[in-house]
Amino acid sequence: MQPLITIDALTVAFRGVKVLDGVSLDVRRGEAIGLVGESGSGKSVTWLAALGLLPNTATVSGSVKLEGAELLGASASAMDKVRGGKVAMIFQDPASALNPVLSIRRQISESLALHGGLSGAAIPAEAKRLLDLVGIPDAERRLSAYPHEFSGGQSQRIMIAMALAGNPDLLIADEPTTALDATIQAQILELIWRVRRETGMAIVLISHDLGVVAENCDRVAVMYAGRIVEEAPAAELFDDPRHPYAAGLVGSLPTMDGPRRRLTAIAGTVPDPKAMPTGCAFAPRCDFAGPPCQSVPSLRVVGDNRRIACVIDRRAAAAVRFGQAAE
Amino acid sequence: MTALVKVDGLVRSYHMRAGMFGRAQQVRAVDGVSFAISRGKTLGLVGESGSGKSTTGRLVLGLENPDAGSVVFDGAAVPVLDTAPWRASRARMQMIFQNPLGALDRLLPIATQLREPLDIHTIGDAASRTARVADLMRRVGLSSEIGQRYPHELSGGQRQRAVLARALTTKPDFLVCDEPVSALDVSIQAQVVNLLTDLQAELDLTMLFISHDLRVVRQVSERVAVMYLGRVVELGDADDLFASPQHPYTSALVSASPTPGRGKAERIVLAGEPPNPAAKPAGCGFHPRCPMVFARCRVEAPLLVEVAPGRSVACHQVGSGSSASAGALH
Repeated sequence: MQPLITIDALTVAFRGVKVLDGVSLDVRRGEAIGLVGESGSGKSVTWLAALGLLPNTATVSGSVKLEGAELLGASASAMDKVRGGKVAMIFQDPASALNPVLSIRRQISESLALHGGLSGAAIPAEAKRLLDLVGIPDAERRLSAYPHEFSGGQSQRIMIAMALAGNPDLLIADEPTTALDATIQAQILELIWRVRRETGMAIVLISHDLGVVAENCDRVAVMYAGRIVEEAPAAELFDDPRHPYAAGLVGSLPTMDGPRRRLTAIAGTVPDPKAMPTGCAFAPRCDFAGPPCQSVPSLRVVGDNRRIACVIDRRAAAAVRFGQAAE
Repeated sequence: MTALVKVDGLVRSYHMRAGMFGRAQQVRAVDGVSFAISRGKTLGLVGESGSGKSTTGRLVLGLENPDAGSVVFDGAAVPVLDTAPWRASRARMQMIFQNPLGALDRLLPIATQLREPLDIHTIGDAASRTARVADLMRRVGLSSEIGQRYPHELSGGQRQRAVLARALTTKPDFLVCDEPVSALDVSIQAQVVNLLTDLQAELDLTMLFISHDLRVVRQVSERVAVMYLGRVVELGDADDLFASPQHPYTSALVSASPTPGRGKAERIVLAGEPPNPAAKPAGCGFHPRCPMVFARCRVEAPLLVEVAPGRSVACHQVGSGSSASAGALH
């Protein structure tokens, strides 16, 4: 079956500085994909570029196909149909994504008119249904309220309602719960999960929180310095990360049960995009780095459904080192 | 084991107006908080925004004066804010906040900032101060050339290391860390958490570690206090408390901390949002969201009582709940 979205060799540069370097990723219908990585790894830029939301200073190359139709270089009117229509996006800070001087009714109605193909009396009824769906109590009355009258969690619910107005096939959620308290985060994740089950839409969950991604996604791609370094089914990735960076990320997460172990911190910091190391970008921080790492590793397929961008098999390398230590 | 820090019945209220012409309301940000921290140990303080955890931290340091209750540090009451004894006490009690760039002076090189506390508290002579700064930088893992740089030239992790070094300059006994790693990326967070635990062991530091991140709190703390609407609702051994939470709020908080390998089915989703501290519900502050609520919870606030050795819970459903006479106090 044709994937919903196919990203191929997507590369983005700002004034000659590469921030995204050949990202390839498929999103199939109805699946939940997690995108994890640290600040500056390119996880948000990937989707901003795919949807044509980057400023003119960005040079974008590669290919992004939505159901076979190329999005890069598509006309502005075509992109207006895609964004908010087939593909919707919600962000970390819902308060700044809402217009503070318009009522919620106006804002949801606008989405419904533009992307939901509704008009006349159907709009207010659908707006109320959407607010009910995302769990805003007393929806009829609250439609007249303004964004400042809602809490952070409720604002994110409203953003989700607006995203659903166009009946999207794909929801891109960029750190949707990062600014929210733990119990509210649980509510929003529960909501996204329920909506996905009811509508069958696919989700891309961009997050720095490995736990959130592990719990809510089928497949996870780990990004580092503008590239995907490992892609695997969520359970496999967290049980047995193969790329040294992915292993470092999983190891740096403190556990909630069992004995406490020292965190396996990754030494050093993320490289500056203006001074990217030649070869593998992770090599300067990698425990396993060796001469083969001087060339950029390509993302290769390992096993049935896993891809890693590393020339060294971490487990084999670890076994060799363990053997040396034992001698 | 003697307690280095002992906090008893702390209360702090603010006056707040609802809108420009609204009536002034009293907001009890911290409402009767008590705990003790043994020397060399860490108490983790967890809770959501508005739970009063940061205000508690500020009260413990004497950065604000409590309306009621007391803080005893090493056997003596913490002096009143802005007095000479209070300023002298700063050398032994230090703090680290979430935003290191806000805590550093942007106009001074790092080494100069590290030296400042020694100058202020007139510790040692010029040569020993320089040596102390070099030693501190080495301990927190900053190379010596970073001493000549300005805060904006450092990465987030380096800045937090610099803040930590400066907090340690005067050889404090007690550190209050308020969300010290929340703004850092995961791999850098792990570096700073490891550094904190190493330094604690090396220098026998006592810590109050405030964070919304349960995992990080568990990693660094021996004991944990969970706050909700200005009160401690559960207090106990860190491993034990997260493994078998007794208070329904703690249970929800633990289940809301996603764990790789655990299914969604086990997540407890609470209804509603934390209430505005200015409009606290009657009775138990948690009752509007509590899945176990019954009549008594709506009228009577439960007291924090010991339900097992080392474990205290404020809930009518757990252990004996509050006694009638103790309940009458509130």
